[in-house]
Amino acid sequence: MTALLSVDGLSKRFVKNDTATVALRDFSLSVEKGTFVSVLGRSGCGKSTMLNLLAGLTTPTSGEVRYQGRRLTGPHTDIGYLTQSDTLMPWRDVQRNVEMPLELQGVPAAERSRTARDLIDRVGLSGFEHHYPRELSGGMRRRASLARMLAGRPSTLLMDEPFGALDAQLRHELQQELLRLWEDSDQTVVFVTHDIEEAILLGDRVVVLGGLGRIVVDRRIDLPRPRNADELQVDPTYVSLHREMAGALQGAAA
Amino acid sequence: MSTTDTPPEAEVRADSPPTGAVREHVRRTWWQRHGGTVTVWAVRAVLLVVVLALWQAASGRWIDGTFISRPSDIVDRLGAWWADGTLADHTWITVQEIVYGFLLGAVAGALAGYLLGASRFVYRVLDPFIMALYAIPKVALAPLFIVWIGIGMDMKVMLAAVTVFFLVFLNTAAAVREVDQGLVDAVRLMGGGRRQIALKVVLPSSMAGFLTGLKVSVPYALIGAVIGELVASNRGLGYLINDAAAQFDTAGVFATLVILSLIAGALNILVGVLDRRVNRWKPLRD
Repeated sequence: MTALLSVDGLSKRFVKNDTATVALRDFSLSVEKGTFVSVLGRSGCGKSTMLNLLAGLTTPTSGEVRYQGRRLTGPHTDIGYLTQSDTLMPWRDVQRNVEMPLELQGVPAAERSRTARDLIDRVGLSGFEHHYPRELSGGMRRRASLARMLAGRPSTLLMDEPFGALDAQLRHELQQELLRLWEDSDQTVVFVTHDIEEAILLGDRVVVLGGLGRIVVDRRIDLPRPRNADELQVDPTYVSLHREMAGALQGAAA
Repeated sequence: MSTTDTPPEAEVRADSPPTGAVREHVRRTWWQRHGGTVTVWAVRAVLLVVVLALWQAASGRWIDGTFISRPSDIVDRLGAWWADGTLADHTWITVQEIVYGFLLGAVAGALAGYLLGASRFVYRVLDPFIMALYAIPKVALAPLFIVWIGIGMDMKVMLAAVTVFFLVFLNTAAAVREVDQGLVDAVRLMGGGRRQIALKVVLPSSMAGFLTGLKVSVPYALIGAVIGELVASNRGLGYLINDAAAQFDTAGVFATLVILSLIAGALNILVGVLDRRVNRWKPLRD
């Protein structure tokens, strides 16, 4: 398979006054088309920096990001990015927020409205089309953000701990919904998390990052889909994977 | 959006899954509903009557009436002015100055705020100069305006406009500078360019700051206009005060002050409307 998204020798420094903070050093990764890659790492290991670079929001200090064989120089509408914090426009209701990517692409109003309604329905927000973000719970805002990202029809999804701030029950529900939405598409996903269980449950492949984006483990997950979180708990393959990842994370910190 | 006083959260909870808070209808009597407001207004009325009665009694008896006049004289004076048209003429002049000054200052302030706020570099360069100009007492500009454009209405309009300009400008520019970078990035990710960022993020997101600027500057339009009239004029409420005071006509001074406070009250109602609008635009987040 060919790499859809590839990163080679990527470094990122943030300069402030006379000191530079190095967030990522010599990071390389390649992601194949149609796969779900979980990137696992403790906070502060450069995960968000990596995603910002992959999304084209920031430019690397050195190295390059290549998408579909071409060098990425800025945000690309084919790449959707679900950030850690909510970036729904507070002055737009759910419907108009979800329509926004289509609006920017110049899609006619009627089609825009139809597509948005359909997506809102798919993420389970029907009935809340005309609520404003501040009137929604955290979980509902995540669903709305997800719908907005999907509205732009990206073929690659970048997700930065999208369910990190939610309670366990809700996180579980949204994970299942994400898998459902992903399974009948041929989208490529890079999913960043600090939760080992989430990484293994969702990913075709788990990449464990140590400090400064050093890859500690890069393992293919061959557990059959659909995966069920409760059954996985007693699956010996899962248990050994979990142990390996936990060990890697601990080792990475030392 | 509706203009009811119920917080929007309450509506959501009603039709969201049963985990949230539940909304219940409460039966209340007319007094439970409006009693508080009625009491406050009644006490206000009583307070006003008592103060006026004390004033009336004190004048000429304990304090020389030349200095504090008396409510009955003030009412008589207002009646006389109303009858001969003095009241309408001078009030109309001042109101025009306020409105023109406010509009001129607000439009200029908003334009400057959006243009300068958008460029971090330009704003950084100009910041100390702007703050220095802002700190100048606006009365001190009156002589300059007189030299430039005479002592007509234009001078008062300018004086009101300058004060309004700075308040609207500073609030708008601050709001433009504080636009959430996350929202800007979101639009960039959707493929939006500079124009779309300006129209779809910066403009709506800074609306609350712009409206706050309008809100706080409303009373200053009145202050600017009246100060201009006090400095040099032959028409308007400021002139009326000066003229009456020069003749030791305290009833005339107080009568004008009554009109000014009525105008201020009307402007406050306008501010209240603006305030509700500001709150509606505020990006509330928890």
